[in-house]
Order: sequence, then structure tokens, then C-alpha cells
Amino acid sequence: MGAEFVALSLPPILIGSLAALACALPGNFLLLRRQALIGDAISHVVLPGIVVGFLLTGTVSTWPMLLGAAAAALVAVGAIQLIQRIGRIEPGAAMGVVFTTLFAAGVLLLEQSDTSNVHLDVQHALYGNLESLIWIDATGWQSLLDPEALAWMPPELIRMALVCLIVMAFIGLLWRPLAISTFDEGFARTLGIPATLLGLALVTVSAIAAVAAFDAVGSIIVIAMFICPPATARLMTDRLAVQVALSAVFALVSAVVGYVLAGYGPIWLGYADAVSAAGMIATVSGLLLAAAALVGPRRRGQSA
Amino acid sequence: MIDIGYNATLVAIGAGLLGIAAGVIGAFLYLRKRSLVSDAISHATLPGVALAFLVMVALGGDGRNLVALLAGAALSALAGLGVVHWLNQRTRLGEDAAIGAVLSVFFGFGVVLLTVIQTIGAGRQAGLETFLLGSTAGMLRADAWVIAAGGALSLLACTILRRPMTMVSFDPEYAATQGLNPARVDMAMMALALAVTVVGLKIVGLILIVALLILPAVAARFWTERSEVVALLAGLFGGVSGTAGAVISSLAPDLPTGPIIVLVAAAVFIASLLLAPQRGVMAGALEWLRFRHRVHMRQGLLALAHGHTVYEPYTMRLLRGAGLIRADGVATEKGRAHAARAALDERRWQHLRSRSENAALAARYDGLTPVETWLTPDQIATLDREMTGSGGAA
Repeated sequence: MGAEFVALSLPPILIGSLAALACALPGNFLLLRRQALIGDAISHVVLPGIVVGFLLTGTVSTWPMLLGAAAAALVAVGAIQLIQRIGRIEPGAAMGVVFTTLFAAGVLLLEQSDTSNVHLDVQHALYGNLESLIWIDATGWQSLLDPEALAWMPPELIRMALVCLIVMAFIGLLWRPLAISTFDEGFARTLGIPATLLGLALVTVSAIAAVAAFDAVGSIIVIAMFICPPATARLMTDRLAVQVALSAVFALVSAVVGYVLAGYGPIWLGYADAVSAAGMIATVSGLLLAAAALVGPRRRGQSA
Repeated sequence: MIDIGYNATLVAIGAGLLGIAAGVIGAFLYLRKRSLVSDAISHATLPGVALAFLVMVALGGDGRNLVALLAGAALSALAGLGVVHWLNQRTRLGEDAAIGAVLSVFFGFGVVLLTVIQTIGAGRQAGLETFLLGSTAGMLRADAWVIAAGGALSLLACTILRRPMTMVSFDPEYAATQGLNPARVDMAMMALALAVTVVGLKIVGLILIVALLILPAVAARFWTERSEVVALLAGLFGGVSGTAGAVISSLAPDLPTGPIIVLVAAAVFIASLLLAPQRGVMAGALEWLRFRHRVHMRQGLLALAHGHTVYEPYTMRLLRGAGLIRADGVATEKGRAHAARAALDERRWQHLRSRSENAALAARYDGLTPVETWLTPDQIATLDREMTGSGGAA
């Protein structure tokens, strides 16, 4: 079990967990600011971004595509703001306008360009391929201490860890201003906190997390993790710090349990093949949310 | 006439009818600020499609019956809609969080089911993926008929429910006094959005169908303030997008139907954003230019009246262009007359504003509008007499 587990299952579980964490943490603030669907919008517009990145460079290399995705995310956030302001359109509809249009453009570009010989398609963008992020050089647990084998870890793991650190640093360093401006923007301004700038920074950090996680695990996990773990935690507590900590726990549980169920569940039931890990992780996070919505101590809001 | 074949014609007609229905329903959703609920509905169809396929296969069929697949889609979309409603009503979570949770979890579960289908019978699932992005290529004739009929039926239901939906989206409280139950009308609206979504799955796909419910409605909102006109226009835009998109995509092999329809709708939206009178970007820019023109003209004339020289280049250009000053900046005959009139108008305003009984009128002072706009010649004559009277007394 050891060698196979370390080579085939440990990297996807770690990457999935880091991706879940990177999305769930900023998701807490987006949820409280009623911007929960920003993650949804960003993960849709990533598609045209990577397609343009691919068309400009002609190769499926990571950095141009990541840069393209990040650029698309920023363009989308700007366009949503712009349409909202100049057209006086409510935020939800403005978001819907922008992400569907950009996604449609992405699909069309993809169909029009010759991508038949490269691994780039809509399904991949949606589901990711968590299962393929394997560590071939690992021979067992001892490989974790072997620098030569460590050098061949999937690059997604290091990238995701880095992004996770950035997200945690952002939230840790700016905890107080973030919390104050999330609950009462007017009060934050009187304290001299640049609330608008901070809101923009939060969206940018979320976009970075979404783009990195999308690259590793596909957009389903991104959308689910931005919303479900924070929403679950919100139904459990009134305190922000507890909520953020709980959301991290729920994200990790979803990632690990979801992956294990997807990979080993069918085998336990006597089938040969695994099912989609990304889909299963989203499903588990949904079950957690359902449980909290049914019995969570703070599901109704202020209690007496 | 472009010959696109019998099936493609049926699909184009179906897409047109569907587009009209989606536009109208979308307009009401937009006016009720619930556009994105349709995104949850559409993503929630996936597990239903997959389950319907599994049930059909378990019963010994090949799992491709479109009506059965769409029925499954409708059932799970209904479940998703129910969960959104329940989360929003019974917990402290907002509607946006409920929408996001339902769309990601239902979609994720649907993807799990798709991989289950792949496992139990490789190759046989071919076709279910087309529900993601829509595909009309190689569609069966019976399926094309299902879509055309579905589009027609949704449109019919829209027409029947037009009145109550207009009233509720315009003013729910007034509608309630008229014997309507806003909650029930809202539910009917959601049911219609669900019907449009399900019928549109095969053409536009579940990821992009939400665009047909949002883009035409938002575009229509630019042109008018009246809700029933918004709905009519949105229907028109949706119908044009659906038909044009389906026809364009049938002309070449690499043009996927769903994205083309969405991009046509997006083009209509961008045109509305730029060109609409009053709310459009161009109208706004023109209004700003006109305002700037009036401010500079007025300030230039007042400067001339007080014997100052105008140095500001834009004002000089304006005055020169109207023949009010000479090239060296000195006022012409006409310029002096205009300047005197502007100065008189300013004095009349100042007099008006100095008197407390004129507060209502004084509030209209913007430094631009001549006093004649608000007063009759008789009133102005009285005003002038008062001014000379008070001037004489001083």
C-alpha cells in the first residue's frame, strides 16, 4: 500500500487540500460581503484566458496559460464593475453578462483553433484532472526525505503551496482591516482603512487562488470551495475567527474524504474504475453544508 | 434564401421561439433581481440528465430518449431550485451563497454520475457531454421537433402569464392588493425559467443557457423604463439571438451553436450599452458635451459683459465660432448684445434668489437656464419693475 499510495494518491490529496484551502479562506470574506459568486464568475472566465495564452504561445506550457487566465480574471472583474457603473445594472446581472460572454468566446476560440493534438478542452477545464497529478519517482514514504525524488514532485504541488501561503499571509496580515471593512465599510473608512482598495485586493487574491487551483484541479472544486466550506462554517458560529478556522477544516475534510471516496469507493463496492475526484469533493462539501443547514447551531442567524 | 436543411431549419425555429421565451422570462427575473437563480437551475440539471440515462439503461433501453433525459433534467433542476429557496428562507445564508452552493454541488455530483456512466458502459454515454455546451450537429429529427415544440410551449405559457408577471415585477405590493399572490407568481416565473432552461439544454448547453435569460433582458433595460416594454424588447432580442445564432452555426462545421447564440446576444447587449438613448454610453457622452458647451458659453458671455478678456481656449473657440468675438478677443456687436442679455438674466436670477418667497423657483437656478424658461413675460416685467424699484431706493 505504502509505495503506491505515496506515488499515486498522496500528491493529488495534498494538491486538492491546498487548492480547497486557498479558495475557502478568502471565500469567507466574499460570503460575508455578498460577493460569493465572484469565484463562480472568475472560474468561468479562466477558460478564454488559457485559450488565448495557448494561441499566443502555441504551446501548452503552464506560465503563459496561467498569465492568460489571471489577465482574463482581472479583465472580467473590471468589466463587471464598468458595466455595473455605466449601465446602472445590478451586480448579479452584470456578472452574468460578463462571465457567460467571455466563456462563450473561450469555447468558440477553442473550437476554431487547432487543439486536436494538445490536451486542452472544455471538459478538462471543468473537471481538472486531479487523478493524473502523480509522483512517479516516489517509491514509498522514504521518498519524502529523498531530495532526488522530491525534485520530481508534480509542479502543481509547489505552486499550490505557494499560492496557499500567499492567501494565508494576506488574510493573516490584514486580518483586522479586512474584518472591519467586511462588517461595516463606513466605519472602516472613518478609521482610515482604504475599504475600496482592500475589497479590490481581496478579489485579486481570490482570483490568484482561483487561477492556481483551477490549473491543478478544475473549476468545479474552485466554485464549490469558495462557497460551501465558508457557508457551512457560517451556520456553525457567529465569530469570524472561528468561522475561518472551521471553513479550513471543512475544506480539508471535503478534499481528503472526497478524494478517497472517489478513488477507493467504487473499488470497495466491487467496481474497477474510480469516479471523478473533483466532482466527489464538491459533493462531499455539499453534504457537509446540508448537515450544517439542518442542524448547525447558528443556522438561523442571531439566536436568543 | 440560405438552404440549411430541414433539421437545421427546425432547430433555428426552435431556438428562435426559445430565445423569445427566455428573453421575456429573463426580463421578469431581472426586474425581480433574481437573474442568477437561473444559473443554479441550469447547473442543477446535470445529475438529472445522468440519472435519467442510468434509469433508462437499467430498464434495458439505450438511454438516448431526449424527452426522458429532459424530464430527468427538469426534476433535478426543481430539486436544486427547492434547495436554493430553502437555504435562503430557512438559514442565514444569502441567496448568492445558496445559488453558488447549489450550482457547484449539483454540478459536481452530476460529474461524478457521468464518470459512473463511463465506467459501466464505455462509449454508450456518448452524447451526454453535449448537454454541457449544447450541440445541434447530427441531431435526430424527432429531437429537433421536441425542441421546436418545447420552445413554442414555453412561449405560450409566457404569453398566458404575461399580465400577473408584469404586475408583480413592477410593484409586488400593489399586485397583492389586486388579488395576486406574489409568492405564487414568483414560483410560476421560476417554473417558466426552469422550462426554458431544460428545453435549451440541447441547443445552448447548461453552462451557457443562463446567458439567454440575462443578456437580452439587460440589453432591453437600456432602451426603456416600462416593464412590459422591457419584456417585449427582451423577447425580440432573445428571438433574434436564438435564430441568428442557430443559422450562423449551421453554416460551418466549427461553429458551436450555444456559444454563437450567446455571442450574438452579447453583441446586441454591447450595441444597446453604447447606442441606447438616455441610458447608453454615447447618449451620456453627448449629454456631457452639450453641458460643457452651455457652461463655457455662459461663462464666456458673462466675462464679456463684465469687460473681461476671455483666455480659456475652448471658450474662445466657442465664442469665435458663434461670431460673438473677433480674432483679437474683442466682442462683436452681436457678442455685446448676447453678453448684455446673459448679464441681465444673471441679475434677474440674483434678485429672485435674494427674496425668500421665491425659494421654490430659486432652487431651479443652475447658472445655465435662462429665467424665461420658468417665468411668463408678465412675471418678468413685474420682476424688472421690482429690480429698478429696489435699485432706485438704494
